Amino acid sequence: MLKVRNLHARVAGREILRGIDLSMNHGEVHAIMGPNGSGKSTLARVLSGHPEYEVTEGEVLFEGENLLEMEPEERARAGVFMAFQYPVEIPGVNNAYFLKAALNTMRKHRGEEELDAMEFMTLVRDRMKQLDMDEALLSRPVNEGFSGGEKKRNEIFQMAVLEPKLGVLDETDSGLDIDALRVVAHGVNTMRNADRSFLVVTHYQRLLNYIVPDVVHVLTDGRIIRSGGKELALELEDKGYGWLEEPVGLK
Amino acid sequence: MTTSTETIEQLATREYKHGFYTDVEQETIPRGLSEDVVRMISAKKDEPEWLLEWRLQAYRVWLTMREPSWGNIKYGPIDYQNIIYYAAPKQKKTLSSLDEVDPEIRRTFEKLGISLEEQKILSGVAVDAVFDSVSVATTFKEKLAGLGIIFCSFSEAVQNHPALVRKYLGTVVPYSDNFFATLNSAVFSDGSFAYIPKGVRCPMELSTYFRINAKETGQFERTLIIAEEGSYVSYLEGCTAPMRDENQLHAAVVELVALDNATIKYSTVQNWYPGDKDGKGGIYNFVTKRGKCQGVNSKITWTQVETGSAITWKYPGCILQGDNSIGEFYSVATTNNWQQADTGTKMIHLGKNTKSTIVSKGISAGHGQNTYRGLVKIAKGAKRAHNYSQCDSLLIGDKCGAHTFPYLEIKNSTARVEHEASTSKIGEDQIFYCRQRGLSSEDAVNMIVSGFCREVFRQLPMEFAVEAQKLLSISLEGSVG
Repeated sequence: MLKVRNLHARVAGREILRGIDLSMNHGEVHAIMGPNGSGKSTLARVLSGHPEYEVTEGEVLFEGENLLEMEPEERARAGVFMAFQYPVEIPGVNNAYFLKAALNTMRKHRGEEELDAMEFMTLVRDRMKQLDMDEALLSRPVNEGFSGGEKKRNEIFQMAVLEPKLGVLDETDSGLDIDALRVVAHGVNTMRNADRSFLVVTHYQRLLNYIVPDVVHVLTDGRIIRSGGKELALELEDKGYGWLEEPVGLK
Repeated sequence: MTTSTETIEQLATREYKHGFYTDVEQETIPRGLSEDVVRMISAKKDEPEWLLEWRLQAYRVWLTMREPSWGNIKYGPIDYQNIIYYAAPKQKKTLSSLDEVDPEIRRTFEKLGISLEEQKILSGVAVDAVFDSVSVATTFKEKLAGLGIIFCSFSEAVQNHPALVRKYLGTVVPYSDNFFATLNSAVFSDGSFAYIPKGVRCPMELSTYFRINAKETGQFERTLIIAEEGSYVSYLEGCTAPMRDENQLHAAVVELVALDNATIKYSTVQNWYPGDKDGKGGIYNFVTKRGKCQGVNSKITWTQVETGSAITWKYPGCILQGDNSIGEFYSVATTNNWQQADTGTKMIHLGKNTKSTIVSKGISAGHGQNTYRGLVKIAKGAKRAHNYSQCDSLLIGDKCGAHTFPYLEIKNSTARVEHEASTSKIGEDQIFYCRQRGLSSEDAVNMIVSGFCREVFRQLPMEFAVEAQKLLSISLEGSVG
């Protein structure tokens, strides 16, 4: 589903990604771990087409299509969803209205009927229950005045409504207490199926207790220096990232 | 993705949608302004002596006045002697039905999407179409007449209802009011007149489409609306103008009078040619609009959506004279490219328990400069007067500006005055967030802008609100990549 080859990218003239190779199959959950500044979030943003990041080399294929040639909204419509590390506030725009516009744009793109207000609300209520969210959030402006936890939950809620093929979670666990973390993880786990994949970017192993990954990649200095099964995350938790940076045979 | 870093800086490249020119024979008078010209205009319109005198008084006062310079707007000098003060499409005979209207003019209306038949059949809106200076077609008159409502061109009102015109003309905006209103008083060409008799609720929205068409013709509209005791009327004004290189001066005057328990809603969507993306051309719009809540419990609501004109200078206000009267002002003003707007309101509280509400939303994009200027004046006798003002500015990009000048004059200690203001910016991060959810940049901007304006749009009649929203998105098109 996703093939990243020798991906180089920079922001504000500084090279952050220095040759990422990554291959994900349908239905897989991959975790990207790494110390601060290693390029984890950059990878997530590059995949979603953030305008501040410039790709200098390499290629990304998503379902066989050249992702890097697509505009951010085209990527979204093709099924790439990013849960933001810092969800953006949009004052004056009602959360439900926003989400309905987004959903119907995607449905239209897929050649499906647009949902009317009633159908939309039925869908939304169901997803809100899953994520234990207060319905009042729907009528509030997008993310405005939301607590940190509410914002993160709102991201997962949007993902649950939009049903992407690939969910990219950019440090969704940061700033969440343990209860909220469980709820968010439950939301993601409910969505897991044979077709849908997730790329979970996280600094801590904690989240991976709840969203159990198939593959764990360790990113340091813009490169993946180690990939392994879910045990790798536990090992990292135990030994820290320094353990991986020293070994022989790796630059 | 390649150009997206400069998205916000990219400016509108879109051509003005309504920029075409209709070839209709025009009857004009020579350039320039003099007592003779004033007399000529009055004579062409076959006006009574008192009205000519009124015009001449205005003209003489105007000669002693100076163009105001306090506005937060910049423009080159206007040569008042280089303006043609009267133009009328040549008509061979009086018209008894729409079929007799010049086909050229009809086609223009159709291009603008305001075909009179359609208006008649579909929307139930009576349209008094002002093409340049003279009304060419009026509809629904009979139905309104059945209720005793008078809705006609100003010139017709002068001919057919001179007593009413004479009684109210200049009672809200006197001929000596200000430079532009005084100029208008001297040379006004035509406009609309509405009179709602006692206790009548006008069953349809009254609307007028204004259009400036004759080349280099200043447009001096004059509108007068009178709502008798216990009556109600909602009036819509919508404007489009063809593309021009020369700047065109527009100085309209609107007067509203609401008697005891009467309500007037006056809604405007203004879409005159704003000039091109380099700031060349566009309409200079210097308007004086004022309503008088003369009777007790009367109410006047101004709602405006200002998207056009190179320069907008207007402060629709309310004189709250009757006890318990209410004045409201809801405004959206957009400036894109090199447009400048200095707009707001004046709420003059004279009566007891008078209330006013001001909601102003300014949107600036490109190099646009948007100024809110508002006066809230509470006179000594206005016990327990209450004003609430809210002024919000939204910036798109970093080359535009938003300015707020609230003036408060309070002479009564029982008054309650609240003022809130905010300035926000549509950021790259907001647009990217929307795009990541599948929405295009334009949709993202439209969504953010209409969210920002919602409180004002809510005040507009339904079909007008839809049109206003469309206009807004057209006028901001290209303000982001």
